[in-house]
Amino acid sequence: MRGLKVLKIGPVASVQDLGRPGLLDQGVSRGGAADQLALAEGAALLRQDQGLAALEMGGMGGVFEAICPLRVALTGAPMAATLDGTALAWNASHRMEAGQRLEIGPARRGVYGYLHLGGGVDTEPVLGARSAHLAAGLGQAVTVGDVLPAGDDHAAEVGLTLAGQDRFQGGELRIVESFQSALFPPEVRARFGDTEFRRGARANRMGVEMLSDGEGFAAAGQLNILSEIIVPGDVQLTGDGKPFVLLREAQTTGGYPRIGTVLPCDLPKVAQAQAGVSLRFRWVSLEEGLGLQDKHDRELRALPGGCQPLLRDPGAMSDLLSYQLISGAVSALADPLITGEDT
Amino acid sequence: MIVTFSGALDEASNRATLSFRQHLEQLGVPGVLETSTSLASVYIRFSPDDLDHASLAARLQEQLETRDWYRQPLPSGRRFWRVPTVYGTDLAPQLPEAADAAGLTEAQAIDSLGSARVRVLTIGFAPGQPYLGQLGQEWDLPRQTELTPMVPRGALVLAIRQFVLFSSSTPTGWRHVGQTGLMLFRPESETPFALRAGDELQFDPVSKADFLKLREEDAVFGGAACEEIPA
Repeated sequence: MRGLKVLKIGPVASVQDLGRPGLLDQGVSRGGAADQLALAEGAALLRQDQGLAALEMGGMGGVFEAICPLRVALTGAPMAATLDGTALAWNASHRMEAGQRLEIGPARRGVYGYLHLGGGVDTEPVLGARSAHLAAGLGQAVTVGDVLPAGDDHAAEVGLTLAGQDRFQGGELRIVESFQSALFPPEVRARFGDTEFRRGARANRMGVEMLSDGEGFAAAGQLNILSEIIVPGDVQLTGDGKPFVLLREAQTTGGYPRIGTVLPCDLPKVAQAQAGVSLRFRWVSLEEGLGLQDKHDRELRALPGGCQPLLRDPGAMSDLLSYQLISGAVSALADPLITGEDT
Repeated sequence: MIVTFSGALDEASNRATLSFRQHLEQLGVPGVLETSTSLASVYIRFSPDDLDHASLAARLQEQLETRDWYRQPLPSGRRFWRVPTVYGTDLAPQLPEAADAAGLTEAQAIDSLGSARVRVLTIGFAPGQPYLGQLGQEWDLPRQTELTPMVPRGALVLAIRQFVLFSSSTPTGWRHVGQTGLMLFRPESETPFALRAGDELQFDPVSKADFLKLREEDAVFGGAACEEIPA
C-alpha cells in the first residue's frame, strides 16, 4: 500500500473531494471540500485531476509519515508545515521519501487547510464520492493510526507554487436575490447590504453564523413558509433575524426564509473566515453575478498554467522577503506570521 | 430555479409537484443537471453555460401550460409499503400524549394512525427521510417547543398532520408515537435508499413482542414489504 500514516491529527479532519451532486431528491446534500478553490489549486500543483480527494484539516493540521515516496501539496488556510523539521512553503508541491515526517500546525489565518497526495487520497468511494459527509452518516473523521492511501500517481513534478487567492480574512461577499428575497422589505435588504458583519462562533461545514450590531433582519409578515430546497450560499434568517450562510453540507431543505444567495465563487471566503473576521454582503444583479462566476470559472481552469517553480533566481523573486533565508532573522516590516504562503 | 404549485401543503399541489417533476425528467431538458421536489415545489438545477435563465423559465412556463397539473394522476412506478409498527410502549413513549392532544383514546389513536395510507410527500433534511401525509385534521398538532434529545432510527414521529420516519437517530420536536424496524438509508447497499417521493405507506400495528421478533429476523426492513402500485 502507498500513502501516509496519520500519527497526530486535529479534531475535524476528513477526506473531501467535489462531493455528491445529484442526490437532493434523496435528502443528501452535495457536501465536498469546504474550500473548492483549494481543491483545484492542489490538483494544479500536482498536475492531476480536480476530482481527486484530499485531506481537509479544520483549524489544525497533524503529523504524517510517508510509507513510500510520494508527492504532496499544501493549499487552503496557511498552516506552518515542516518536513523532518525543515520548513515547507504553503501553496506548493513537495516530495516526501519513505519514513519522512510531515508536521502541519494550526491555521495562521483561515480555517481549512488541505493536504493533497499525488494520485489523490484513494479511499473507497461511497455513493459516487470519497467525501466524508458526517451529517449524512457517510464516512468518518480521520483519526490517529489511519493510513491515507495514495492512488496511482501519473505525474512526477514537484517544487511548484501558486499565487493563492487570499480568501482567509473575510471581506466582501457578492450576493444575488433569490426566490424568497421579496419576503424581506426593500429597506431591510438595503440595510443588509450596508451592514458590517463578523463571523460568529457557530460555524461548521454546514453553515456559518453572521453577527452584527443593531436590529436583526426580519422577513415581513407571517413566517409559515413551506420548507424548500437549499442550495449552497443561501443566506437563511433564523427567527431572531440572524443570518446564516449555508454551505455545501447543509441540510437539503429548510423552512427559514432566505434573503439571497452568495455566489459560489465567494463561498471559500465564507468557509475560511475565522470567528470574529469582518464580512460584508454586496448585492449584485443576476447578470453581474453570472459574469463574476464565469470569470472565476475561467481563472480556475487557468490554474495549472499559473504554477511556477518554487526555487527561482533570488533576483527575480518578488516574494523574497517571505522566505526565511537566514535562521533567526526577522524582517521589521513583514508580519512574522505571514511566511509567503499567499504572496 | 423553482416551480411552486402552492404556498401551503395540500394533496393536489403535492400531486402536481410529483407529476410535473416526472414529466421534466422524461422530457430531458438539455442543460438541466438535477431535479428534485419539496412539499409543493419542483427544484431544477441547471448549468448556466448551457442554458440561460430566461430560456429555462420560458421552457418551464410552456410545459406548465400543456395541462392542468393539479388534475394529473400521480406518477407511475410508485410502490406501496406495509410497515409493521409498534405504537406506544417504552419503544414509542409519546403515543399517550399525542392521542390526548388529538382528543382520542390510545386505542382510537392506534386505529386511526394504523389504518392511514400516507404518501411520501417529499424526502429531505436527512438522507432517505420521508415526510408522510396527510393525516386527518385531528392530527394537526403543533411541534413541541422542547426538543426530545434523541429518538432512534426507524422512529415514527408526528406533527402538523404529517409523519416523519427517521432514517437515523436524531433530536426532534415531533412526537414519537411509533417504532419501526425499517432502515431507510444504507449507503453501502446497491439500493441505498428505500423510498421515493410518491410511494405510499401504511404503518400496521403489531405488538411489541411481534415487533422485536420481526426486527430480529429482518434487521434491514423489520418485516416491511412493498409492492408496485398499478398505474
